[in-house]
Amino acid sequence: MPKKKMIAMLLAGGQGSRLGVLTKSMAKPAVPFGGKYRIIDFPLSNCVNSDIDTVGVLTQYEPLALNSYLGSGQPWDLDRMNGGVFVLPPYVSGSEGQWYSGTANAVYQNLPFIDQFDPEYVLILSGDHIYKMDYAKMLRFHEEKNADATIAVLTVPMDEASRFGIMNTDEYARITEFEEKPKQPKSNKASMGIYIFNWRILRPYLVNDDKDGSSSHDFGKNIIPDLLRAGANLYAYDFKGYWKDVGTLKSLWEANMDLLGQRPEFRLADKDWRIYSKSPAMPPHYLGELADVTDSIVSEGCVVYGNVKHSVLFTGVHVAKGAYIRDSIVMPGAEIGENAIINKAIIGEGAVISPGAVIGSDPTPEDGVYDTSLSGDITLVANTVTVPEGKRVPVGMIVK
Amino acid sequence: MENAFGLIYTGDASMQLRDLTFSRSVAAVPFGGRYRTIDFMLSDLVNTGIYNVGIIAQRNYHSLMDHLESGKEWDLHRKRDGLFILPPFVTHDNTGVYKGTVDAIRSCMGYIRRSSQKYVVLMGSHTIYNTTYNEMIRSHIESGADITIMYNNVENYDMSEQFDDLRLKLDSNGRVIDLAMNPAQPESNLCSCDVFVMEKSTLEYLVEDAFAHARYDFMSDVLVRSVNELNIRGWEYKGYVARLNSLIGYYRHNMALLDKAVSKDLFSSEHPIYTKIKDEFPAVYVGEGKAINSIVADGCVIEGRVENSVLFRGVHVSPGAIVKNSIVMQAADIGEDSYLDYMILDKGVSVGRGRNLSGHGSYPVILRKGTKV
Repeated sequence: MPKKKMIAMLLAGGQGSRLGVLTKSMAKPAVPFGGKYRIIDFPLSNCVNSDIDTVGVLTQYEPLALNSYLGSGQPWDLDRMNGGVFVLPPYVSGSEGQWYSGTANAVYQNLPFIDQFDPEYVLILSGDHIYKMDYAKMLRFHEEKNADATIAVLTVPMDEASRFGIMNTDEYARITEFEEKPKQPKSNKASMGIYIFNWRILRPYLVNDDKDGSSSHDFGKNIIPDLLRAGANLYAYDFKGYWKDVGTLKSLWEANMDLLGQRPEFRLADKDWRIYSKSPAMPPHYLGELADVTDSIVSEGCVVYGNVKHSVLFTGVHVAKGAYIRDSIVMPGAEIGENAIINKAIIGEGAVISPGAVIGSDPTPEDGVYDTSLSGDITLVANTVTVPEGKRVPVGMIVK
Repeated sequence: MENAFGLIYTGDASMQLRDLTFSRSVAAVPFGGRYRTIDFMLSDLVNTGIYNVGIIAQRNYHSLMDHLESGKEWDLHRKRDGLFILPPFVTHDNTGVYKGTVDAIRSCMGYIRRSSQKYVVLMGSHTIYNTTYNEMIRSHIESGADITIMYNNVENYDMSEQFDDLRLKLDSNGRVIDLAMNPAQPESNLCSCDVFVMEKSTLEYLVEDAFAHARYDFMSDVLVRSVNELNIRGWEYKGYVARLNSLIGYYRHNMALLDKAVSKDLFSSEHPIYTKIKDEFPAVYVGEGKAINSIVADGCVIEGRVENSVLFRGVHVSPGAIVKNSIVMQAADIGEDSYLDYMILDKGVSVGRGRNLSGHGSYPVILRKGTKV
């Protein structure tokens, strides 16, 4: 097989438990985002737009939705003769086999996959971030610095720095210290979980890490500190632009809202950096005579007769007349009945909101006490759930 | 899988559609916000289970080839069979310019002979509908007909738009007893949908025989003349049929999609219509941007007002602009505070700030591809 300069390994095994029932039957990277996309479309499109044509997708949690979504990789132009997209679940070899026990372990278990391409560099990505990034620029930086590893970092507000893995660097961007969630952060350069490694250097570290029973087999916790201790050349690559970890319901909701407005925080309408996705073969959307849709994203296959304000409608959503949707995201194929009210909510794929139902209403004493630890003030209706006619669902409740 | 292959003739003389076909064949004319007419024929065939399709190209077929590529969007990128584009070529017995449909079909006899299926579905390219042919093929086989013609009942046929208008008269058993081509006073409301099912060997024989007798048009020279010799039968299609036989007809059929019943009929979820994927972002409504009673495709940015219109992919309506009763094709740019009423804007038209352009319901005005106003 011809040698590759750089291949990507995309960590898509996360369960995404903080997304609650949304990830009950699909891995986090398969969660719908931005009207017609799924989260994984962003790193995959970034790869293709950065001329990376070989991507291994490491899955282990509820892989079905992700597997069938990726298929041959054709929507991302990743159906290649030499390379392309590969779904890599854990497997049994001989009498041994185990689940991926950490990010580094997942890559370690796929050494033979990487070796067959004999790459100079390996790019490690995670499948739950929304951003547009040219990895080719990062690679140029990596080569210029003659680095052993380069870590993409984002400048975060100093008072939030203690929530991230923080890179302390010298004036040449060389990393001198790595601190995971430091109480007293010395810098505000947060790791984005995006790494370029020289494969020749990373490979033995993965092999040694696997032998270490006390290791948690994680890039951030183990491999990076090991490399630093050994005095390797680690550099921080400053990323400027929008980047969001959509690991919680709140951040998923926010990231969707960031697409709206005159000057959106994150611009999908970018002809120079297209985001590719699988197309559902649906006609353009239709807005009825009485429809009132403002400041929103509406996808193909939608039919809208009601009111929609500051919301994101995914493919094939039906909104009946008199319905009112505000500050919400409505996932593919959901149906919103007549006069239903949806307020600051996430409506799951194929959910049915019957006529007159109110999602996100003010709580009353009879609602009692319910758990909002995951949802906060966002109301969530799980995939394919039917909310009965006239039913009130109070703010922050999760309907499953 | 049906034991049939499809043969689509895209060389229809297309002056009726005026500037729409200035740079493309009827088969490549944009329709319904994101489609081309050929998408309907190809999707109908694929949804039927027919995966061997020949497309006879004649004039202006660049745009068509660009749209079709390898056929993968219709699942026709196959090792066995698949999509075959059959452009004209010059050989010792072929001039490259067809004298008519018979001549065109004869020029791709090689493809027809190589096709392993027993039956052929022969079709034109300016009639749009969404169906599958399974039942029609079944009825063709059971009835023992030589040829079965798909037709529909037309009530308000506008004679001023008449084009390739083949009328059928049937006896009580469904056999065709008379065919009339472009009759000035039609004696029947049953109008051919430009779809003909027959055995491949029947097509081969009819085409060679007609050519030998210097007859070049398949409908008027072959079908109309042989009503008595051949067992021709009709098969009724009851759904919506859009005949793109004039510019006003084109306008009306696009606008008909704003009717829920029509759009349901043409875009059933059971039989999806496939088209070339453009990877556009979903449409965004920004600021004062609004649309009512309209079809809006992906990639549109709506900052102005849109009413009773069909917007194709990637249209930008600037703040203060008003678009009414219009068809706006791909990547048009409508400037600030401009006003459009009863207009058809072909691909890539740009309308400057403050322009005021109006046609009329009886005569929508078309702006040719790439026009700058």
